[in-house]
Amino acid sequence: MAVKIIESCVNCFACAPVCPSKAIYEAKPHFLVDSKKCTECEGDFPVFQCASICPIEGAILDSLGLAINPPGSLTGIPP
Amino acid sequence: MQLPVLNDASSHAEHGKKGGCEASSCGTTETQMDAIPDSIREKIQNHPCYSEDAHHYFARMHVAVAPACNIQCHYCNRKYDCSNESRPGVVSELLTPDQAVKKTMAVAANIPQMTVLGIAGPGDPLANPERTFETFRRLSEEAPDIKLCVSTNGLALPDAVEELAKHNIDHVTITINCVDPEIGAKIYPWIFWKNRRITGVKGAKILIEQQQKGLEMLIAKGILVKVNSVMIPGVNDQHLAEVSRVVKAKGAFLHNVMPLISEPEHGTFYGVMGQRGPTPEELQDLQDSCSGDMNMMRHCRQCRADAVGMLGEDRGDEFSLDKIEDMDIDYPAAMEKRKVIHQAIQAEMDSKRLEKTAKAEQQKQQPKLITRPVLMAVATSGQGVINLHFGHAKEFLIYEASPEGVRFISHRKADQYCGGDSTCGDGESTLQLTIRALAGCEAVLCSKIGYEPWEMLEAAGIAPNGEHALEPIEEAVLAVYKEMAVAGKLDDVPESVRAVA
Repeated sequence: MAVKIIESCVNCFACAPVCPSKAIYEAKPHFLVDSKKCTECEGDFPVFQCASICPIEGAILDSLGLAINPPGSLTGIPP
Repeated sequence: MQLPVLNDASSHAEHGKKGGCEASSCGTTETQMDAIPDSIREKIQNHPCYSEDAHHYFARMHVAVAPACNIQCHYCNRKYDCSNESRPGVVSELLTPDQAVKKTMAVAANIPQMTVLGIAGPGDPLANPERTFETFRRLSEEAPDIKLCVSTNGLALPDAVEELAKHNIDHVTITINCVDPEIGAKIYPWIFWKNRRITGVKGAKILIEQQQKGLEMLIAKGILVKVNSVMIPGVNDQHLAEVSRVVKAKGAFLHNVMPLISEPEHGTFYGVMGQRGPTPEELQDLQDSCSGDMNMMRHCRQCRADAVGMLGEDRGDEFSLDKIEDMDIDYPAAMEKRKVIHQAIQAEMDSKRLEKTAKAEQQKQQPKLITRPVLMAVATSGQGVINLHFGHAKEFLIYEASPEGVRFISHRKADQYCGGDSTCGDGESTLQLTIRALAGCEAVLCSKIGYEPWEMLEAAGIAPNGEHALEPIEEAVLAVYKEMAVAGKLDDVPESVRAVA
């Protein structure tokens, strides 16, 4: 049970400090989630913290591999 | 503490004895500066962003230490990796606080005119409090002769005021595009607030409340606050006069209205959806109604978040990480040298300010013309003189000449953010774009000009003029204006004026 950051990440650092489990770390070419540490915020917050501040649609996937912020959901630009 | 309001009638009365160019609005900053109390004037007179004549002499830099943001604006695209553009929110190299301190000191030693260090992004500086404050803390200790400033969207501002005051930061810029949440919802699709993403009117309402609260807290601490607004036609253009009234009443010392930048290739919501920016005329009208005589920010260049150098230039490439790595900076020695150079610049600025005042006095004694105002474009690379080839100008300064004198109006970009290519997407040449950018001007003053642009300018009704190379701008503009008057080009006097005459 963990979220995943994929290659569309722009390395903006926003997610790392808001993670309650310190599961997100800086890496090349983009930030990554330590799947052993990620709790999907369970017990801490009702919503994914990383995906709630991430500005890039599709950059963070849930445990099923689906975009938590699908195209159009953040920028308002129709997909 | 309540800071005086610039356009307040009572403060004008109090400082009624203005400098020499009171009647003439001669394009210098004396009239603007004289309306300001000494305590503020001292802080801003050498700041290239706040003082029109200082920006010809002093340089600024931004360090990109703040990547994260806590809101989304429709004019911003968070994929900020382009190095060919110069606009806010764009950087090519993110710095750690340690690298930022090193870079700042390297620039200060090599460009002694650099007096101001700002943190402006590429995200929101206060959404990256550790990185931002670490940079400020170290710089105020290690390079105390550099002024520090920061700009923010305001969401995290109330929590940061205490810390900002500690680092002795005396200028803060808040971007406030609205005071009405309904309008805000058309500009800000979401904010991140108390562990949730909040969209629409609800998010905009929180952002506006935080901005206003932060503004009040900064004023109470005696920290200077400038407010930036992005003018978005059809969204907030009618509303910005209200914003101006509110922020000035609360004590902001400046309200800077900037045009929306929205090219489709920037990938922003506004760019992709075809939201246009204002025309130069629309912008000028709004700036006039928001700032009155206080046109102190007309030279604002909307710098990118890692800009280095004089306003309008970017020398960031000379100070990339690998290059500063090899530089060995003796800052105490550099500080001595900087002090001497700053004093020399100050002396020159003071004497030029005096000279302008004297000339304006002289001007007042002469019989007044009864002619219509004229806009002219000027090509300059600084020092207040006409010293740039038309073809080399990336931007033009626009001056208005009238019987009242000469006044600086704005700058207009010649290359419209395009990098290098001689043709643009829509098939117009750079020259055609430049001529379009000069719409409304009747003359263009430069050091030299080629045959082809000469003909095209004439055809467009803009008189090219290379006869005043190396002359002070205001004098040259006035001379050309008088020539136009003598030649009978200004005879179409408006009815009202003719009646008085």
